[in-house]
Amino acid sequence: MSTDNRPLSPHLQVYRLPMLAWLSITHRITGVFLSVAVILLPVWLWLLASGEESYACAEAILGAWYGQIFLFAVTFSLIFHTLGGIRHLVWDVGLNLEVSAAEKSGYVIMVLAVLLTILVWYTACSQVYGGVQ
Amino acid sequence: MSYRTPLSRAYGLGSAKEGISHWWMTRLTAVALIPLVIWVVYGLLQIVGADYQQLRQWVANPVNSIALICLMLALAYHSSLGVQVVAEDYVRRQWLRRIIIVLVYFLKVLIAVTSIFAILKIAFGVGV
Repeated sequence: MSTDNRPLSPHLQVYRLPMLAWLSITHRITGVFLSVAVILLPVWLWLLASGEESYACAEAILGAWYGQIFLFAVTFSLIFHTLGGIRHLVWDVGLNLEVSAAEKSGYVIMVLAVLLTILVWYTACSQVYGGVQ
Repeated sequence: MSYRTPLSRAYGLGSAKEGISHWWMTRLTAVALIPLVIWVVYGLLQIVGADYQQLRQWVANPVNSIALICLMLALAYHSSLGVQVVAEDYVRRQWLRRIIIVLVYFLKVLIAVTSIFAILKIAFGVGV
């Protein structure tokens, strides 16, 4: 029996992902990224526990441009994944399951994630650069 | 018409009666993580730019120590459950999938235990 002519499910290369699919994969990617990034938490805490000279090393890396970019990515991912998680929990109790409602909540968390990330970094920067009298 | 929810029908399924435990623990840890993440991000934001001693004092504050320990436990559990699902979805070779899942679980236990050890060391003022 020939199986060549069977219809194929849409390939990712030629299929324009709907907005909901983009949110879904972003939720996964941010989750995996945070799972990798969390490896640095025990390292950071360990250096903090080991004394001022050890901690200076962590401070130098986190303060460098690549450390700042990393922290920015962590901030956005954490906020996006947390908001997306809340959205999932709302679905789990059976609310907002219609496509239109899911799209609406999707736009809400996208905008909120960007705004909250900016808010966190604005607060942090104003404290570091503007707070000292 | 049945008034039973799909969830109630899924409870207790499987030979070990734990058919939905993975799903349930993901949600349970997710709910726990919401206040913990807000607390820790808010707390860290307050002391951004602080020096070494202030940072240690923040971690050593009992409320923050306990919140951080709870955070590490929930985070390690939640992320190993999540990575397990991703591995099950995208890694085709069974042996590789098993290895990834087992290694991720070991790694997450190590992350949680190491973090908690460091937090307690700071909290009890050992070392410095």
